[in-house]
Amino acid sequence: MVETRDVVILGSGPAGLTAAIYAARADLKPTVIKGIDAGGQLMLTTEVENFPGFAGGIMGPELMEAMEKQAARFDTELLHQEISRVDLSSRPFGLWSGDEEFRAQTLIITTGATARWLDVPGEQEFRGRGVSACATCDGFFFRDKRLLVIGGGDSAMEEATFLTKFASQVTVVHRRDEFRASKIMQDRVLANPKIDVIWNADVDEILGAEGAVTGARLRDTVTGEPQKVAVEGVFVAIGHTPNTSLFEGQLELSKGYIVVEEPSTRTSVPGVFAAGDVVDSTYRQAITAAGTGCRAALDAERFLEGEGH
Amino acid sequence: MANIGNVTDSEFQASVLGSDTPVLVDFWAEWCGPCHMVSPEVEAIGNETAGLEVAKMNVDENPDTTRKYGVLSIPSLILFKGGEEVARVVGARPKEAILKELQPHLA
Repeated sequence: MVETRDVVILGSGPAGLTAAIYAARADLKPTVIKGIDAGGQLMLTTEVENFPGFAGGIMGPELMEAMEKQAARFDTELLHQEISRVDLSSRPFGLWSGDEEFRAQTLIITTGATARWLDVPGEQEFRGRGVSACATCDGFFFRDKRLLVIGGGDSAMEEATFLTKFASQVTVVHRRDEFRASKIMQDRVLANPKIDVIWNADVDEILGAEGAVTGARLRDTVTGEPQKVAVEGVFVAIGHTPNTSLFEGQLELSKGYIVVEEPSTRTSVPGVFAAGDVVDSTYRQAITAAGTGCRAALDAERFLEGEGH
Repeated sequence: MANIGNVTDSEFQASVLGSDTPVLVDFWAEWCGPCHMVSPEVEAIGNETAGLEVAKMNVDENPDTTRKYGVLSIPSLILFKGGEEVARVVGARPKEAILKELQPHLA
């Protein structure tokens, strides 16, 4: 007989752990199934300067460790597992990690988003051999090398700035003639003598030889003119895709994101709530994820109360 | 089915390339967040899979092997069989996904 839990939370980024803190303090004894990307996207970042309360900034992984400790302090069960299948057709909901089954009266989905790839020739072939989506993981391997960073948002700016610690030269390639990143992040990039920018360019192909990246073929988005650049590494930072493949056909999705009844976190299935980047294609901040995680826990609590739990 | 623990540049030839059984090597570093997620998965695979050994290689301390196999992302898991690389899994992936990549190469 599989135990039925009141609240199961999928994911352990800011949304999931904030939901856990609130659910635990409501005495719902939540279970967090952390997932393989435990801690979420902040685990791949360095300094977080805009999370309120940390006047001097805090390292992303450190912030996540603190959130996890805070959740654990109030009787949260934290499981280092990844769910591979869900059944939301009847309650309690069924969740499986391999052969192991979990049952949940309410489910809070905070599975977040993962870095998107360019989907051009050479990219997957040279992944791990010069193509990367994680500067903090892989920057170390590119000491005194030339690098490309693809993208124009905050992630691209952060990666480019971080990579100048290792690389001899970092070139940011962006498909428009201005960045969409925040002003402070842009200014840092544009002022950095080790960084230059190629505007209005798309990547057509990642080039390589003998198992290593040697460059990229770009195309001007205005004139169509091709250009080859010689680099040893390509870091892709063009945005994120929500992690919702588990729920396809079971929850209402829009462009891959879980649809919720704003301002609540209720999904199309009663008893299933969603929060953080898996819902949000607009704000995508640690603090907004934490905020919606809090809402999801309160929604789940009210839902259980309404059923007389 | 075994976990041979940490291997170094100098042990790599004997422990991995010269092994009679296939060896899955987990290239990692202390400062790599996703590496800490994938290492327990690799250990579990080592404990549960017959005819496979697993080992860890710290890329900071073992630059020669890391460079030789062109490891430029971590975590990278490389399966060696008969002294040759036969499969590579890059990035943190759950146990089932890793096993799926290895299965065709395990007798």
